[in-house]
Amino acid sequence: MIDLLVARILMIVPVTVLGIFIGLLYKGIDRRLAARMQARIGPPLVQPFRDVKKLMLKENIVPRDAVAWVFNLMPFVALASSIVLLMYVPLFGYPPLLEGHGDLMLVLYMLMFPSLALVIGGFASSSPYATVGAQREMITMVSYEFPLAITIVALAWLVSATAPGAAAFSFSAITAIPVWHLVGVLGSIGLALLFAVIIFVTTGEMGEVPFDSAEAETEIAGGLLSEYSGRNLALFYLASAIKILVLGSVVIALFIPFGISGYAGLSGIAGEAADIGFFLVKLFIVMFISSTFIRVAAARFRITQVVKIYWGYTTMIALLGLVLIGLDIFMGVI
Amino acid sequence: MTLEKKENSYSICVGPVHPALKEPVKLNMEIDGEKVIGVDFELSQVHRGIEWAATRRNPLQVLFLAERICGICNMCHMLSFSRAIETIGDIHAPPRAEYIRVIGAELERIHSHILWAGVAAHELGFDSLMHYTWKLRENVLDTIEYITGNRITKGLITIGGVRHDIPEKKIPRILESVNFYYSHFDKMAKVFLNDPVIKSRTRDVGILSRRDALTTCAVGPTARASGVKKDVRKDEAYAAYQDFDVEPILPDAYTGEIHGDVYDRVLVRLLEVKQSAEIIEKAVKSMPKGPIAWEEKPAVILAKLKPLVGEGIGRHEAPRGEVIHYVKLVGEESPYSWKVRAPTYNNMMPWVPMLMGEQIADIPIIAASIDPCMSCTNRAVSADKTTTMYTMDQLRRLSFLKTRELKRGLGK
Repeated sequence: MIDLLVARILMIVPVTVLGIFIGLLYKGIDRRLAARMQARIGPPLVQPFRDVKKLMLKENIVPRDAVAWVFNLMPFVALASSIVLLMYVPLFGYPPLLEGHGDLMLVLYMLMFPSLALVIGGFASSSPYATVGAQREMITMVSYEFPLAITIVALAWLVSATAPGAAAFSFSAITAIPVWHLVGVLGSIGLALLFAVIIFVTTGEMGEVPFDSAEAETEIAGGLLSEYSGRNLALFYLASAIKILVLGSVVIALFIPFGISGYAGLSGIAGEAADIGFFLVKLFIVMFISSTFIRVAAARFRITQVVKIYWGYTTMIALLGLVLIGLDIFMGVI
Repeated sequence: MTLEKKENSYSICVGPVHPALKEPVKLNMEIDGEKVIGVDFELSQVHRGIEWAATRRNPLQVLFLAERICGICNMCHMLSFSRAIETIGDIHAPPRAEYIRVIGAELERIHSHILWAGVAAHELGFDSLMHYTWKLRENVLDTIEYITGNRITKGLITIGGVRHDIPEKKIPRILESVNFYYSHFDKMAKVFLNDPVIKSRTRDVGILSRRDALTTCAVGPTARASGVKKDVRKDEAYAAYQDFDVEPILPDAYTGEIHGDVYDRVLVRLLEVKQSAEIIEKAVKSMPKGPIAWEEKPAVILAKLKPLVGEGIGRHEAPRGEVIHYVKLVGEESPYSWKVRAPTYNNMMPWVPMLMGEQIADIPIIAASIDPCMSCTNRAVSADKTTTMYTMDQLRRLSFLKTRELKRGLGK
């Protein structure tokens, strides 16, 4: 038991490094694809790595009126909480590294941490742009949290109804059988709606156009991040890179936890490799739809529109999905 | 002007350097939450002393200096300046030259409006649309290069004519470009006018009422979008515009109603792209034969201009609105005085009624909706802050006095 814990702790560093690597690589792919869709050539795939390297070398400026210790602490909080999140989500089809020490509910709360660190850092930086950005980020967070919570509750309900006694919020229970196998026609429609909702929420979580009003370059000059530079900015950048992997993994675990080795008839090392590769493909698809595609296809929403869209339309769709799944469960019981 | 403060309100300044602005101007905003409750702006963040430089050069050199006032609508300054000089000397450009001037000016309008549409998309955070519109703009730039040899600064006009003829063999290429814009108009209209996200960001945002447009002396598309029927091409017969029945485009031509908002300003500009394409097509097809300049040799032009004495005004409907050049010649080699009034100068006061009560998120698109061109507007700066500032009433009184003086001079 102790050995297992030590082994898990030893795994933290490689998983973090891998998480940062994949996150930055996917950021590179995202930028390249977005550029191609906008009829541009775009940067090379390694550009995010170069960006981080350069930011690390740059001077770290703290504004005169800023609360320096909070201002400098928050990038570390953002990165650290993103790394912790990485330990709690199932990566590459394997159970989470800290399985048994926290479940989906914890992830749901922890997801707020990087954004919250941004908000506090923004307020601490004393810039009016950052203050406006921080207010907007808080509002955005509150807005997308509701449909996200409905989605997760609906899935947990489904799992607990079909497998009584299981820890409904644990990833192992949810990924054990893909949720699509647990429902009938009505439930499938409900799940599809919830899938769409979570994809849409992911866009907001990543802070991409059209939900990037907190950073809104043309309006408030980068908002939250307007005063950050050098190392601090690099840390936020790394945190957002890891967040891509975290959010992608959560969506995959909830809705598309399928492996490919079973279908392909592979086993052993080849099977593992196929599943890992398939996970990367799924991650790419989730990232492409929720970030790249929506980003190039839309203009930025005003903050009032963001609230209306998340609390109004998205929540309505999520509730509809919840009701359909509920009906499915009751019909199954009868 | 000091801004009114309210409890819990705070101030944000957009500019002089800000991602929303392409050129320096300082917008001071008083904000309550996300709502704008006070607007003021400071000009003179950029000035270049071009008018001063002009008083040390001969008219033909000033012509090229005038072209460098604006990086986008440069031909309008060249045209207005040469029209001012032509008024003084009672010089008339030959008909063919007037047609070529119209073609050049309208090509410039297409390029300027499409450039603006891309900027507007960028201000809304819609970069894909920006890249798409700017890709469309390449076609007109290629055409301009094909005719004049340059993409932007065309150097097309000279005093009393034009410097490049458009020979018969170049006409198919121009018509091709015109057809290109006809065929892409529907797609652009679909994206800019019917896209739900863009519509929600532009409809009923930054409203300028007709009354405000008149009192703040708005010009060009900004005024027309508010329902003011004003277009120099229609109001004053010059160049060859009287041959093409140019009707000022109001937004109700397309939607049947006038809101005076950002959407209408986008709409007016898009329709004007189509209108310009139509004018070019007509002009190219009905171009009269003949010389292209009143006098071709620069030395002769200068010799004929040197003895001229008098004041002249040249107007032209630039893509952004009416541009006015005032020139005074006193029989010397260089102009005694030259004053340029770019359209942005008029279109900035409407910012105040437009921005009041709007959200922070809408500041960039509203500020951009007049298509501001700061470097064209700023020409002088007062270095010592003790200089008196005239109010509207004082200026009116001064102009009454001046009119009386002028009347005396006319012997009335």
